[in-house]
Amino acid sequence: MIPRLRPVVLLGIAVLVVLAVSPWLAGIDPLKISVVDRLKPPSMRHLFGTDDFGRDVFARVAHGARLSLWIGFLVAAFATLLGASIGLAAGFFRRADPFLSRLLDALMAFPDILLAVALMAAFGSNLGNVVIALGLVYAPRVARVVRAATFAQRSTLFVEAAVSMGANDLRILLVHVLPNIMPVLFVQATFVFAYALLTESALSFLGVGVPPEVPTLGNMIAASQLYFDDATWMMLFPGIAIALAVLSLQMVGDGLRDSLDPVLRSAQ
Amino acid sequence: MSRPVLEVRGLSVEFRQRGGAVRAVSDVSFALDAGRTFAVVGESGSGKSVTSLAIMRLLPAPAGRIAGGAILLREGEAVHDLATLPEGAMRRIRGRLAAMVFQEPMTSLNPVLPVGEQIAEVVRLHLGRRHEEAARDAVALLDRVGIPSAGSRAGAYPHELSGGMRQRVMIAIALACKPLLMIADEPTTALDVTIQAQVLALIRELQDETGMAVLFITHNLGVVAEIADEVAVMYGGQFVETGRTADVLTRPQHPYTTALLESLPPGIESRAPPRQILRAIPGQVVNLTRPPTGCRFAERCPLHIPDCDGAAIALRDSAAGGGVRCIRAAAA
Repeated sequence: MIPRLRPVVLLGIAVLVVLAVSPWLAGIDPLKISVVDRLKPPSMRHLFGTDDFGRDVFARVAHGARLSLWIGFLVAAFATLLGASIGLAAGFFRRADPFLSRLLDALMAFPDILLAVALMAAFGSNLGNVVIALGLVYAPRVARVVRAATFAQRSTLFVEAAVSMGANDLRILLVHVLPNIMPVLFVQATFVFAYALLTESALSFLGVGVPPEVPTLGNMIAASQLYFDDATWMMLFPGIAIALAVLSLQMVGDGLRDSLDPVLRSAQ
Repeated sequence: MSRPVLEVRGLSVEFRQRGGAVRAVSDVSFALDAGRTFAVVGESGSGKSVTSLAIMRLLPAPAGRIAGGAILLREGEAVHDLATLPEGAMRRIRGRLAAMVFQEPMTSLNPVLPVGEQIAEVVRLHLGRRHEEAARDAVALLDRVGIPSAGSRAGAYPHELSGGMRQRVMIAIALACKPLLMIADEPTTALDVTIQAQVLALIRELQDETGMAVLFITHNLGVVAEIADEVAVMYGGQFVETGRTADVLTRPQHPYTTALLESLPPGIESRAPPRQILRAIPGQVVNLTRPPTGCRFAERCPLHIPDCDGAAIALRDSAAGGGVRCIRAAAA
């Protein structure tokens, strides 16, 4: 069954798809340096202008958006998987709960950026490590919410009914609890996706994220700060791309949650 | 006479609380033959639901536990004592040999799974059926419990069905593996009266067909009269009167049973003038944190004499062949 989607959701998906395939649409090399074209304003030749090395900003935004989305997606996937596992375990098995909850509290006591910077310092700066570091930062948030939702589901009558029919713990977790917390999980995943996009940009901006020569949106904004007065376009276009991506993600997340819920679905 | 499918001997259930354990069920014994229906009737807090949960070993852990007694379930020559069975073995009994129907059909089904899938799950789990086979079984079961166009309804989600339909689905799930024993914990309480009658008729019909024993928990004496072969009246965690349904309802021995029957509103066909005062039993349900030494109904009993408070009252054989827990039974 294909759930019907609302127009905003389709719009969001369309934006994300465009951002994801944009490098091939741009068709310009984002790394090509041209000293004569340094800091040129937007024109027909360079739609979004050029940066301090004369590289085409349009091409760099296109490549950067794809990379940033990819990083955000991987972080969301990693954090959701890890967070959901911990949250389900903590919410379902009473004995494991105090231990797991304190662990989550400890991780959440650190501010996001600080923890991410510390982890990056420990791991070394490359793309894979950004994903792992941000995943570890956001997994506790997912776990908290999943734990609470699992708690609520565990005491429902249909779980008791499933027990009375001879289902074991694993079955109850996967067949009866997990599908019922999917809407919550989806919303969390899209939040993490969007936050990861922002935090990755912040890490790059601080110089501990993806290596500076790789065009991510955060790296571009970081590089643009010296030229903010003269070349606003260097900061404006990657900024718009981040805002657009985050907005689209939220819309898609909301829409997916609604269409995953059988009660809301039939109300549409 | 055949040997009973379910035999409960001296069952006691305790709940741990701050300030000590509360004995919610004490010394409950009964036997239930195949194809027969045994009803446990009592007001809220009398321990009737706890009794049924104890038999299925579904007491809320870790507070509730079986404090004593035996629950013997007979499968052919084998006898399982559910009171002491390890959890893994208990899981293979639940749903296969003993199944349960709950009070709230609105919330006993998983809202995100189609109902057919929920029936098929049990069949796959216990009978090892493959996917398509189980799906076919589910449709057949839905059809059997009287759901029209079962084939398409199997794909419906619980919220798309009415309360009565959902209770039929619950019964289909309970019935999926042809259990020896079905425990129905107030299965009709949440339903309106016409649907209630249909569901009761369905349970009886299925019982005749499969020969299962039914343990029926209810607070509704009308339902008892309709469905039960034998009945136990429960008060304060004890059986206070047991016997054949007709005997207990027409010639009650225990003052509590008498009081319960008297508090029934007059039937709609009766000639009694409308707007009569409803007769209730005075006082509160006995507090089980500090149960009295003697009769637990004493403080609300119209026949109360000083002897009632002396020692614990035993369940004696009554004239009609049942049991009664009252020293003044003859006077009632």
